[in-house]
Amino acid sequence: MDGLLKEYLPILIFIGIAFGLALVIVVASLIAGPSRPDPEKTSVYECGFEAFDDSRGKFDVRFYLVSILFIIFDLEVAFLFPWAVSLGNIGLFGFWSMMLFLGVLTIGFIYEWKKGALEWE
Amino acid sequence: MTALPALSLVLPEVLLTVGAMALLMIGVFKKKDSTSLLTGLAVLLMVAAGASLVLDPPAAGTAFGGLFVVNEFTSFAKLMTLLGAGIALVMINSWAHTEGIARFELPIVVVFATLGMLMMISANDFIALYVGLELQSLSLYVLAAFHRNNLRATEAGVKYFVLGALASGLLLYGSSLVYGFGGTTSFAGLATAMASAEAGNVGVIIGIVFVIAGLAFKVSAVPFHMWTPDVYEGAPTPITAFFSVAPKIAALSLFLSVLMGPFAPMVAEWRQVIVLIAALSMAWGAIAAINQRNIKRLMAYSSIGHVGYALVGLAAASTEGARGVMFYLFIYLFMNLGTFACILAMRVKGRAVEAIDDLSGMSKSNPGIAMALAILMFSMAGIPPMAGFLAKFYVFMAAVNANLVPLAVFGLLASAVGAFYYLRLIKIMYFDAPRDAFDKPDFSTRMVMAASASLMIVYFIVPADLVSEAASAAQALTGR
Repeated sequence: MDGLLKEYLPILIFIGIAFGLALVIVVASLIAGPSRPDPEKTSVYECGFEAFDDSRGKFDVRFYLVSILFIIFDLEVAFLFPWAVSLGNIGLFGFWSMMLFLGVLTIGFIYEWKKGALEWE
Repeated sequence: MTALPALSLVLPEVLLTVGAMALLMIGVFKKKDSTSLLTGLAVLLMVAAGASLVLDPPAAGTAFGGLFVVNEFTSFAKLMTLLGAGIALVMINSWAHTEGIARFELPIVVVFATLGMLMMISANDFIALYVGLELQSLSLYVLAAFHRNNLRATEAGVKYFVLGALASGLLLYGSSLVYGFGGTTSFAGLATAMASAEAGNVGVIIGIVFVIAGLAFKVSAVPFHMWTPDVYEGAPTPITAFFSVAPKIAALSLFLSVLMGPFAPMVAEWRQVIVLIAALSMAWGAIAAINQRNIKRLMAYSSIGHVGYALVGLAAASTEGARGVMFYLFIYLFMNLGTFACILAMRVKGRAVEAIDDLSGMSKSNPGIAMALAILMFSMAGIPPMAGFLAKFYVFMAAVNANLVPLAVFGLLASAVGAFYYLRLIKIMYFDAPRDAFDKPDFSTRMVMAASASLMIVYFIVPADLVSEAASAAQALTGR
């Protein structure tokens, strides 16, 4: 058990350094950095103009739909890379597993297309 | 090179997977509403999957590198799940048309949920377990909110989703702890690790407790039951019927195969937890139901209580206990389906009613339904000559033989308290003044009612076949 935990020691050290460094940078800039605010500096800034409206605008729900549909295929591609690299080792079983996976995704894709989830209007 | 897996072991799952995707394509390409057609096909799929288990029972073994296990126990549990899902599907279809929310996705989501349950039952590894559990849960969240223009249904869906996600998190955290201390996610590997590890390894125990908490949520055992009444009340009635049988059977089978499989050597540790949640569920299921005015909420508390009784069999941690749980689940399946068929029949002039007082005087206006419901209520209360009595008898006997006499006595007391509200329903139906008669229910609802009520009597008179089936399933689980 101890041997197992020792293998993770570098990760613990790394986490410690990451937190320490982040803390030092934030605190140092807070203490050492010059801070002379004036109204122009602290006012809301939007590409050089006055802000047009409240920044907390509502998003169209369709953006979420598109992004969720996108994520599925994004992950699929991320999954294809390790598969392609290791195809020599995993053989026919690996090949057909991925083909099945792609088949299932295609069924889902046909469904969402026919349902009109990809139409904006 | 890895050999191709033995697909004959996963035939029911393959049937449901391929079938559900085919149904999806049929549904989306058909111009007209095809809910009835797809429901028919979905029921056929389940019948085919069940038939493949009965007619050509797969030889016991594992597939997919030990992720997936098949034996008599899994076949029995799968058969019950398929029965529950198939019958619920028929009721869902007729209801969806009367309520005007028939959409072709409905049967398909039910098939996917059932597929997830079959995966759970056959899981032989924490990863496989989680995949099955999530497929089931995600489909159930959608089903709960299927009536999406109904405020209560959407609330039920959201509540179920949020709490379900939390439970999944607990389960995953528990399995990661078990993996960290046991060194593997495979049940077979864990069984060896647990048998050899020094007893009482705190990390593993904490892991098991988290896994139990996650599973207890899925079977709605106290203290993880909070979602149950709201979801049961908010979800459309036949979907509630589905919720109350199929997922419970799958999750309780999973409970059995996890705790009595890899963690069998640690029985002294997990038994305390199971005894506690079993006792709490029985007590709360009996007490909290007394004040309910809505019959669906009442059934929610009733199902919490029944899960408690079934967990008594698990607490016994013996082959006899597992047999009791399997027998209990089978009786519970028909008891609940029948009762929900009666609830579905509660329609006055085309409008569904859910209050207990609407049952008033039903013995005069609808003697058939009243009779069926009375038989089912006697069975739920565990009063002979109904099968519900035998179901309770077997789990309590198992508890007594495992030296858990206090738990068995507590269970008996709880069932005496619980009998109050079941018998009150009968009193309301038979001795109160009649109200508006209910509309005549459709053929499938009447069939489910009549069949379930008669099974309650049949299985009290000739339980031998079912008991021996349950016993061989239990033997396959414990190997004794």
